[in-house]
Amino acid sequence: MEFAELIKTPRVDGVDLHRPFMPTVEGTLCLTGHHLILSSRQDNTEELWLLHANIDSIEKRFVGSLGTIIVKCKDLRVIQLDIPGMEECLNIASSIEALSTLDSVSLMYPFFYRPLFEVIEDGWQLFVPEEAFKDLESMTDEWRLSEVNKDFSVCPSYPSLLTVPKDIDDESLCKAASFRHGGRFPVLSYYHKKNGMVMMRAAQPLTGTNGRRCKEDEKLINATLCAGKRGYIIDTRTIAVAQQAKARGGGFEQEANYPQWRRIHKAIERSNVLQDSLIKLVEACNDQSHSMDRWLSKLEASNWQSKVKEILTTACLAAQCIDREGASVLVHGTEGTDSTLQVTSLAQIILDPACRTIRGFEVLIEREWLQAGHPFQQRCAQSAYSNGKPRSEAPVFLLFLDCVWQILRQFPCSFQFNENLLIMFFEHAYASQFGTFLGNCVAERVKLQLSQKTVSLWSWVNRPQELERFLNPLYEPNNLVIWPSVAPQSLLLWEGVFLRWNRSTKCLDEACQEMVHIIEYNKELQNKVNSLRRQLAQLETEESPLQTP
Amino acid sequence: MSHVESVEYVKLLNKYAEKKSALGTLYLTATHLIYVEQTNNARTETWVLHHHIVSVEKLPLTASGCPLLIRCKTFQLLHLLFQRERDCQDVYQSLLRLSQPVKEEELYAFLYNPHQNEEDRRQGWEFISVANDFSRMGLSNDYWEISHLNKNYEICSTYPSILGVPKNASVAVVTGSAKFRSRGRLPVLSYYHKDTKAAICRCSQPLSGLTSRCVEDEQMLQAISQANPNCPFIYVVDTRPKLNAMANRAAGKGYENEDNYSNIRFQFQGIENIHIMRNSLQKLLEVCSVKSPSMSDYLTGLENSGWLRHIKSVMDAGVFLAKAVCEERASVLVHCSDGWDRTAQVCSLACILLDPYYRTIKGLMVLIEKEWISFGHKFSHRCGHLDTDPKEVSPVFTQFLECVWQLSEQFPCVFEFNEHYLIEIHNQVYACQYGNFIGNCQKERLDMRLHEKTFSLWPHLLKNQHLYRNPLYRRSLESTVLRPSTLPLHFKFWCGMYNHYDRGMHPKQSVLDQLLSLTQKQEEGERTMTELQRQLAVADGVLPDPSGPINTPTEQDSPSEKTPTAPFVQSNGSCLPLVNGDAEEAGPGAEKCIDKEGAEPGATEHDLTSSEDKPVSVETEHSKEEVQESS
Repeated sequence: MEFAELIKTPRVDGVDLHRPFMPTVEGTLCLTGHHLILSSRQDNTEELWLLHANIDSIEKRFVGSLGTIIVKCKDLRVIQLDIPGMEECLNIASSIEALSTLDSVSLMYPFFYRPLFEVIEDGWQLFVPEEAFKDLESMTDEWRLSEVNKDFSVCPSYPSLLTVPKDIDDESLCKAASFRHGGRFPVLSYYHKKNGMVMMRAAQPLTGTNGRRCKEDEKLINATLCAGKRGYIIDTRTIAVAQQAKARGGGFEQEANYPQWRRIHKAIERSNVLQDSLIKLVEACNDQSHSMDRWLSKLEASNWQSKVKEILTTACLAAQCIDREGASVLVHGTEGTDSTLQVTSLAQIILDPACRTIRGFEVLIEREWLQAGHPFQQRCAQSAYSNGKPRSEAPVFLLFLDCVWQILRQFPCSFQFNENLLIMFFEHAYASQFGTFLGNCVAERVKLQLSQKTVSLWSWVNRPQELERFLNPLYEPNNLVIWPSVAPQSLLLWEGVFLRWNRSTKCLDEACQEMVHIIEYNKELQNKVNSLRRQLAQLETEESPLQTP
Repeated sequence: MSHVESVEYVKLLNKYAEKKSALGTLYLTATHLIYVEQTNNARTETWVLHHHIVSVEKLPLTASGCPLLIRCKTFQLLHLLFQRERDCQDVYQSLLRLSQPVKEEELYAFLYNPHQNEEDRRQGWEFISVANDFSRMGLSNDYWEISHLNKNYEICSTYPSILGVPKNASVAVVTGSAKFRSRGRLPVLSYYHKDTKAAICRCSQPLSGLTSRCVEDEQMLQAISQANPNCPFIYVVDTRPKLNAMANRAAGKGYENEDNYSNIRFQFQGIENIHIMRNSLQKLLEVCSVKSPSMSDYLTGLENSGWLRHIKSVMDAGVFLAKAVCEERASVLVHCSDGWDRTAQVCSLACILLDPYYRTIKGLMVLIEKEWISFGHKFSHRCGHLDTDPKEVSPVFTQFLECVWQLSEQFPCVFEFNEHYLIEIHNQVYACQYGNFIGNCQKERLDMRLHEKTFSLWPHLLKNQHLYRNPLYRRSLESTVLRPSTLPLHFKFWCGMYNHYDRGMHPKQSVLDQLLSLTQKQEEGERTMTELQRQLAVADGVLPDPSGPINTPTEQDSPSEKTPTAPFVQSNGSCLPLVNGDAEEAGPGAEKCIDKEGAEPGATEHDLTSSEDKPVSVETEHSKEEVQESS
């Protein structure tokens, strides 16, 4: 096996594992092709299994012959390994470094992982565009499923099937694609059943400095408007940034050419700034200093919370245009693969109760992120502890999850799932035994043959045994549009992710258990009362009628 | 006293959406400002107690009318708009007078009668007893006794009449020590920890100046030390920053010289004085009232206010005390300058950390009665009940309540009460509807004959305790000493307090309310089950007599249930100025809605539909204005 040459020392005894809020564990450290394993001799239950892919960076230190490796993970955990013997320590460190930065996707763990559970429902079949389209067809006949991108040649980052206005033929689509960045022409993202308004997404138009236009593009989006109605174009960039984009061939829709559309600019920053923000935030959260001012100023300087606010505000705006103004909306930024998807997917969570169920949320991630071509592999290659210079890493998806958590916190009874589901998605987007988040777009996934060679995350999550962990006991389905507050006071730091390893969760877990207990007990009690009522009613009909008080 | 009684066509401005602002009628009664808004079929009333008003400000005339800004001690902000300048001026004048009574007798408590008879009143006042708490702690015992030396408030006029002192401290030592302490506030027992025999004692600063010493005071500390067989030393904690304490030496006051006292370990804690705290709250409230701040403005403002830094300093000191007592088994003597502000905060916080009793609904009452009311926290001055020196006003007690809230965030299962309880206590402290928080010390209260002329708050709170329960409270966890994290990132901004009236900022569905209604359902379910089982037994012929339903627990409820109470609006509405959710809420496109607050969990079909139009995010409307027209 090719990993063997990277592992100089596969096994070291007498290694101490230090983790915050947990006792030190002494045991044997083993390296395999994909895992770092520490198992305690004394107690077999105490085992650490860490995917190499989860390791963001390591630091090593020596005191005499005792080496220390500090392992910083993409899920933000930091652990310390004390390894006796300098050579062993150096070998382990260099192996970890090599194994955690493998370049080839096909060497990743999902290609080697064999599930220990029976796959009942294949997650790769969870989202079938044809079926989703059937749902749409039952509500409206104005759309069609186009195969124009069958071989991914029109738009490499789009899936092969796309929902487009019925009256626009494939030829027009190709022309519109050539007018949009990366070929990402406007496609349907969401249909609002309540009033028939739609949300579309695209990439920026390639107007350039001399104001190019494309009749087909104009026709394409105008086809989604009712007669006499205006639509909104939400450009996630500020007007200044959008202007600058012209110089590089990009740009935005000119009023003159799109008279039926009002353009609104928002200030969601580009993904490359986000990585820096995450690094600063996590650095602040790991700072053990006791100065309040320092903490607050670092939190402010990280800018993370500002981004949460900006994205939620934009999502609210999109949802508001659709639900309140009764207007259709087109969302885009530059490439249409990052901030655009944050906005379209959050707007759906606000508008569509189905997205707040576990299944619906999975479908949303599948449709608006995976199929829509968010480049997971590039964005999630490194996390908050990366020390190399960032290439295209950015916590775009994590920010989206954070925003979902903010809505969940404000509407704790409206989601079928709890925070754990969001945290789990965060972990798996960065390192996983499943193939779901590998690759950058559908075309790449097809090429990698992920659905044949790896297991889908959904196959695992949707097993009843696993689902239980992710259920929100307070959930009561409702058909509301849920409008979150975006006041700074309403947006909190997501402790479940950012303070996860810096706090003891004992008390919070107890509270959670107690809550479940109250709810369960209540259900039981109602059942008992009902069955007693039935018994009594039976007795009363069988025997002589009894005077009821 | 004459004042304006009502003004019509007054606008209550909505902070977020001016279009949504209501038009209504303003009434001024002897005790309340009431704003009534009548739309179609909904009538909304906003009640504000005059005592809750901290300032009334006339803003510059605008095209739409004459604005008046009313700020409340409960952190409510009312922005009224009058059509006529004269109305505005009249209301302004009236409110100035009504909100700033000059004499104690003008306070609401002297008018307010919850329809209790004298016997109920007496029982109400006896309900919480500091003496009982001493016996609960195990006093008197081999080391500590209850002294009546201050019976007539002669040793210390601001102390309670009964004091816990070390058994081996003679009368001469007690009185001598009092003379060496600022305002005679000598070292006495605050809390006795049975398990470790360690004690928390409190006093004011010593009159040590640069060189003075006092044998009796030194003996007093010695006696406190000897009263704890488990530790050879005591901590002396000066809660002030070192610089402040040193400055006091020049004025003949100061702090203990370690050389003069045997076996003390001296420690500063660095909690700032009342003036800094007042300014800090001022800055915090400015941050809270900004119309639509950016995240960066908000976080910078929060940092610059210093508020959380001060909360943390109080918490740090409380944790220090609790650790000394339970881990080192050492007794602690705490003081600041006068020993009635920071000392009260720190001692009471340590009590909560150490003793689960104080984490119960009744226990918190006892704690407030003991450490704050009886030990002479100057509620009248600090809360500005009367029109007196504004420099005496300071949110010392508010900070204590916030520390308790911060703890409840870290330990969601250890408090019997919920957030509403803390907020209600806060409102009541400023409302002066009950007599508990009027006056500055026990002696003053006695002189005012408060127990004869006013009623006690505690029975009222106890009667409504179902509203204040924490459904997650687990008695099994109660015995533990709390060890909170005091890392800065574990302190949160208390939106429920400082932005209490900005309903739009709060979670639209409340886990607490949901669980409270579940526990209520549970009680009903249990009752129904018992009744059904009984009926079944009767039907089965096991029980002979179907003469009538067994008394259900509600019917057997405490006798206080049955005593006549004031009309609902009087007793509750008055202290909880009711603002209908949407009056304060924001949101574009919400013009046509709404009479219900957020999507209440478990609400009926009707509620759900009406709340669908829930106002939104505060800022989305502005965003539309950013539409770029052309480039």
